[in-house]
Amino acid sequence: MSVFIIRRLLQSIVVIWVMSLLVFGGVYLIGDPIDMLINPEADQEDIEAAIRALGLDKPIHEQYWYFLANALKGDLGKSFIFSEPALQLILARAPATMELAIVASLMSIMLGIPLGMWAGLKPDSIAGKSIMTGSILGFSLPSFWVGILFIMLFAVMLGVLPAGGRGPTTEFLGLQVSFLSAKGLSHILLPAVNLALFKLSLVIRLSRAGTQEVIHQDYIKFARAKGLSERRIILVHVLKNILIPVVTVIGLEFGSVIAFAVVTETVFAWPGMGKLIIESIDQLDRPVIVAYLMIIVFMFIVINLLVDILYSILDPRVRLQDIRA
Amino acid sequence: MKNIFTALVAGAALMAASGAVAQEIRIGIAQEPSSIDPHFHNLGPNNGFLSHIYERMVEQDSKQRLRPGLAVSWKPISETVWEFKLRKGVKWHDGSPFTADDVVFTAERAVNVPNSPSSFGTYLKGKTFTKIDDYTVHVSTPKPYPLMVTEMSTIMIISKKNAQGAQTKDFNLGPAAIGTGPYKFVKWQKGDVIEFARNDDYWGGRPKWSKVILKPISSAPTRVAALLAGDVDMIDGVPTADIETLKGNPKVKLSQGISNRVIYLHLDQKRDNSPFVTDKNGNPMDKNPLKDVRVRKAISKLINRPAIVEKVMEGIAIPAGQLVSETFFGNTPNLKPEAFDPAAAKKLLGEAGWGDGFGLTIHGPNNRYINDAKIAEAIAQMLTRGGIVTKVVTMPKNVYFKRASRGGPENSPEFSFILVGWGSGTGEASSPLKSLLTTYDKSKGHGASNRGRHSNPKMDALVVQALATVDDAKRKTLLQKATEVGIGEDQGIIPLHYQVNTWATRPGLRYDARTDERTLAMDIKVVK
Repeated sequence: MSVFIIRRLLQSIVVIWVMSLLVFGGVYLIGDPIDMLINPEADQEDIEAAIRALGLDKPIHEQYWYFLANALKGDLGKSFIFSEPALQLILARAPATMELAIVASLMSIMLGIPLGMWAGLKPDSIAGKSIMTGSILGFSLPSFWVGILFIMLFAVMLGVLPAGGRGPTTEFLGLQVSFLSAKGLSHILLPAVNLALFKLSLVIRLSRAGTQEVIHQDYIKFARAKGLSERRIILVHVLKNILIPVVTVIGLEFGSVIAFAVVTETVFAWPGMGKLIIESIDQLDRPVIVAYLMIIVFMFIVINLLVDILYSILDPRVRLQDIRA
Repeated sequence: MKNIFTALVAGAALMAASGAVAQEIRIGIAQEPSSIDPHFHNLGPNNGFLSHIYERMVEQDSKQRLRPGLAVSWKPISETVWEFKLRKGVKWHDGSPFTADDVVFTAERAVNVPNSPSSFGTYLKGKTFTKIDDYTVHVSTPKPYPLMVTEMSTIMIISKKNAQGAQTKDFNLGPAAIGTGPYKFVKWQKGDVIEFARNDDYWGGRPKWSKVILKPISSAPTRVAALLAGDVDMIDGVPTADIETLKGNPKVKLSQGISNRVIYLHLDQKRDNSPFVTDKNGNPMDKNPLKDVRVRKAISKLINRPAIVEKVMEGIAIPAGQLVSETFFGNTPNLKPEAFDPAAAKKLLGEAGWGDGFGLTIHGPNNRYINDAKIAEAIAQMLTRGGIVTKVVTMPKNVYFKRASRGGPENSPEFSFILVGWGSGTGEASSPLKSLLTTYDKSKGHGASNRGRHSNPKMDALVVQALATVDDAKRKTLLQKATEVGIGEDQGIIPLHYQVNTWATRPGLRYDARTDERTLAMDIKVVK
């Protein structure tokens, strides 16, 4: 197993390197931020000085080489806009995004599994049908639109929840978090639900399909014949067996929740990494864009690895092996 | 419905109560500054929001007229030396006194900020600052320099005691962020909140708000919703599409004002085979009709400015005939917005030998100015109707601006016919004349943003003369003449309209709309 993990990590370095090359080249092709950053009153000399200050006067391969050499030392460059280390800038925003993603994931699990099982056990009931119809909405409505609708409804019309922002934070294990105070919770509720919606639908569908498959299997019939209570059958025998696909998907989706919190964060003015990356792309802040994508790729790799390991624990039939192309 | 109403009343009552006790003002802002260091980045949001903390020797009021700031008076004492008398009794936020040493220190520091993406060297180069006594500073230049006072209204003064050796991060974290302004820096959580607290010892009297809280909300619908929900007391950058609905909403008051930003068109007047000028069927030509002033005039006459203002801008803009609007220094009364006149345009095109028309592509950004892409589309339709078959290409600003300024061979402008805007930060006409219309010349620093490469030695001479004339009345005449030549005679650029900016507040407040687009707590008035 350790060989497996080591080889996976080595592969990930190659992936990250290729990614940095692609993003670096891509952003270079789009242009540079000088013409947006410079004061319009600057003359040619000032413009050239600014280009030099950001190191953009050098040829692209030299810029990349410089970046690579520093990256190996753990320095991913300084933001063009903020003149602060890109990594530090992103990591400072990470807790906000992680908190949002975790709350959203918990919501989708805690609501999604029971709802999905209900729909699977009673597929023809009104409740079962409504759950499934609802999940179609969760899948198909664009999340920025739902977000704005939430704001209009809960913040503007009902006035019960704030329209955006993170609100006051409290310190928890050295990090600033919102979920410990009532006011903070009221701020996180709407964006978390907005972000959870898609995943919730996914979990509902997976749990329902799993339940319907499992419920007809022999061991369930056997359990019934043995006279076990319905409660025990569902909560132990069914639940355990539908968890495998759910865990896989939730694991993989956790990465995408973080990566795609971009929309929710922008709509709710949530000060996380997603809002930062959108603003950085808008202003072509290359060091931040490259560093952010490297972090995201790394995160996906780690999550994939963890899911594989977890999978082998949940399902003893699975053995960790290298996938060779 | 009844429930909603109760909730609204309760919310309003709560808001009123908290407002009365705390005297806090919370503002939802579209664009966040990139630093608390006042010399790191010479650009709009920074220069605006940091005015809460720091002050300049000369300030610009809401109409960008100059008024005394940290200097009480100024005068030229010789052709090349200006004397500034500083205000006495001003204290820094840490209690230490403000003196001439701070001004001299600022002038040295502001040009040497590492990694600055836009340096204040633009305004400081060639100037030597000398302390005469604690409250007198002399600034000398190699040549007579009439824009001295105007340019001093751009440099925020920092405290020598607190900022010596400080780096940009020392400002962002707070220790060096010591100013003389009406509000003290409290904290900046990037992307989340910027907080200022009242400076009780402010020399200009006790400021109104105990706390100023700026919340960056980049998404426009969210910003509007935050105001409607009572999360903030005021927002800037109200989208034009929402203005009609907000007007009828009793929970919102709008404040509007003309800005210093003119939206205009550049036309390629240099290349004979301009890449985006074609014949009617889209084939390249070896002759460039845009080089003929009659064609440029005809294009201007084909544009129906009132229609653009009415239909595209929803009435929120003012047709423009030159670079700066009436209240600004250098505006000439002789240039009015060009009237829509297709018949005259047709005649001019015929005289120029282009009666059959030709093909053109207009390039523009789609996320920089208010309704920019829609304006470009409207213009293309108007020109096509007049026989100039025009295609539209718009793109995000991060792609557009580099290509528009130096996307072509040898860093020349790539496009032939473009839509751009210019905000006159100095509040007078010389800076746009120099940047947009004088002959492109790197060694002189002329025409840095002249993306159409208009060139007329007669106009160049007028601008150069104006930039060396200290006498205000004479300089004004020269700037007016230069504008009349560059736009009136040459049609070097085609002005479209001046942008109008909109702020929205909760009832009980009014914003004194600033022409420089800044959003400042000092300009928020409480009304009954």
